[in-house]
Amino acid sequence: MSNILQTSNESSATGGSYGVRLLLDAVGKTYRGQAAPAVNGLTLEIPAGKMVALVGPSGCGKTTTLKMINRLIEPTSGRIMIGDEDVTDIDGDQLRRRIGYVIQAGGLFPHMTVEANIAMVPKMLGWDKERISQRVEELLELVSLDPALYRGRYPKQLSGGQQQRVGVARALAADPPVLLMDEPFGAVDPITRQRLQDELLHIQEDVQKTIVFVTHDFDEAVKLGDYIAIFSEGAHLVQYDTPERILADPANEFVEDFIGAGAGLKQLTLTRVGEVTLGEVTTGHPGERSADVLARLEGAGHDNVVIVDERERPLQWLSRRQLKRIDVIGTQKNENLPTVGLKATLHDALDSMLESDVGAAIVVGSRQNLIGIVDVSVVTDAISAARNAAAEAPAEDTPLGTNTDTFDIVPATTDDSDAEPIGDGGR
Amino acid sequence: MGDFIADSFPRILFSSWQHFSLVVQCLIIATILAVLLAVLVYRTDWLRGIADGVTAIGLTIPSFALIGILIVPFGFGVTPAVIVITFFATLPILRNAVVGLASVDASLIESAKGLGMSRLGILTKVELPLAWPVILTGVRISAQMVMGIAAITAYALGPGLGGFIFSGLSRLGGANSLNSVVTGVVAVVILAIILDQLLSGLGRLTISRGIRV
Repeated sequence: MSNILQTSNESSATGGSYGVRLLLDAVGKTYRGQAAPAVNGLTLEIPAGKMVALVGPSGCGKTTTLKMINRLIEPTSGRIMIGDEDVTDIDGDQLRRRIGYVIQAGGLFPHMTVEANIAMVPKMLGWDKERISQRVEELLELVSLDPALYRGRYPKQLSGGQQQRVGVARALAADPPVLLMDEPFGAVDPITRQRLQDELLHIQEDVQKTIVFVTHDFDEAVKLGDYIAIFSEGAHLVQYDTPERILADPANEFVEDFIGAGAGLKQLTLTRVGEVTLGEVTTGHPGERSADVLARLEGAGHDNVVIVDERERPLQWLSRRQLKRIDVIGTQKNENLPTVGLKATLHDALDSMLESDVGAAIVVGSRQNLIGIVDVSVVTDAISAARNAAAEAPAEDTPLGTNTDTFDIVPATTDDSDAEPIGDGGR
Repeated sequence: MGDFIADSFPRILFSSWQHFSLVVQCLIIATILAVLLAVLVYRTDWLRGIADGVTAIGLTIPSFALIGILIVPFGFGVTPAVIVITFFATLPILRNAVVGLASVDASLIESAKGLGMSRLGILTKVELPLAWPVILTGVRISAQMVMGIAAITAYALGPGLGGFIFSGLSRLGGANSLNSVVTGVVAVVILAIILDQLLSGLGRLTISRGIRV
């Protein structure tokens, strides 16, 4: 578990720039021919190296807000700062080469290979071939795709999840300090989505970018976001805070409605697998006699054994009954093992457990190595612990002083008469 | 028939080459012209409308009439032939190029913009390569069509196989007149098949494997 913290201080995979602070200063957008602004006087600070989710009902202006950061949509008022640089008036194309951008389904160019897709921005920036090729390799490894296998493939030869991974790799190609994602995982099935989310969290540990993403899925926002910005119509910022505080203390009825029912269950989304005490597990290796393994199981009082390979990656999960049926443990790999990463939430783990025969899930580390198992008792312990913690200290550690201040100003700068009907009309 | 072909074989070969060369050169000009026009109009609705209208009406003009009209300002010879062939060749390519460019997925263009590609970069590296299969289909349609039209331009004493057809028709009933017409027609058909094969080969060479069906 401690390896989560160790990796966060070094950028091994990219060797490049960490995220920088992003500031939208009273930014507004009024479309020509429309009286009401789509976005009005929005001030939003995104701390360096943090992941911020923009959520809200459809048409609330969250995507407009995102696209104003890289000026795909030109703001009509206000300033945008990246780090200490005012980028409101610099050349849009130049700006966008310095900001990673990921859209739903990856937005890969179908007529280009994976390599050519990823090399797009480095080429425009005039990198030499050697450096580009090396970078492509690095990035494919970062997003868990074997470079030898995938660099020459075309997008149509990839699954949806793989395309999305390449999309992320492409956005990171020139090592931009800021990454924007527009509904990044909206187009993939729930299980792939969960994997991609876990991977993004892993990657983020490495690269420490400033990431802003738009989602309509509040659970995704809770899972990925260090902070969540909830918008109502007109990109009116209703609450901007950590997921914990939003769940524990919704700013108003609009936020409560948006969080929806089961806020208690959503607490599960707040706790990572890596943060709870995992169950112990008996392991075995291929080639061992099953009788020996059975004896070990009896000794430990466990019902199941996880068979791992030489690099501690789980291959099979065998019950006592299955063990009794074989003499020697084989090397075959069960592709359908219910595994979750350390960064997965307990909610994800619960999902995986419900789908497994054993009623538990295997926890693996960043190299797919076995860490332990998570079962129902682990989850229930975590729920009661979280409930107790919330009851005792609802609004304790808030590292977000400046942000909260900034946001308290927002309702004042925005027209209040504008905001009221939305709250009423929403119900 | 056999004698006719044997006697005039060098002339048939020469005319076929001229015919082929005329069509191919006009096709190249037409393709460039059509793609340029398509690039100018495809993003503006009313310009697209005009382009669609012009293609639709243009294709209804009888080529024989057009060549007759053009003889007045340009005289007999190659010039009116080139103008007529290029004009007709441009129309299907223009229509396909507009459709091809307009049907490039908007999310891809946004994604290209988001990467910081310039307008010209998006056009040349994303939109045109993706529209190319559709454009090339237009080129193939044009090629088939203007093979026949090029024969008609022989009326203005243009080069090519049309000479066989017109000279045969003008003295129908005379010696070898039918042979002359048939030779001209069959040679045009053969040339059309050859050119279509060549264009299909060009497609295999130039269409990215990622978007080939």
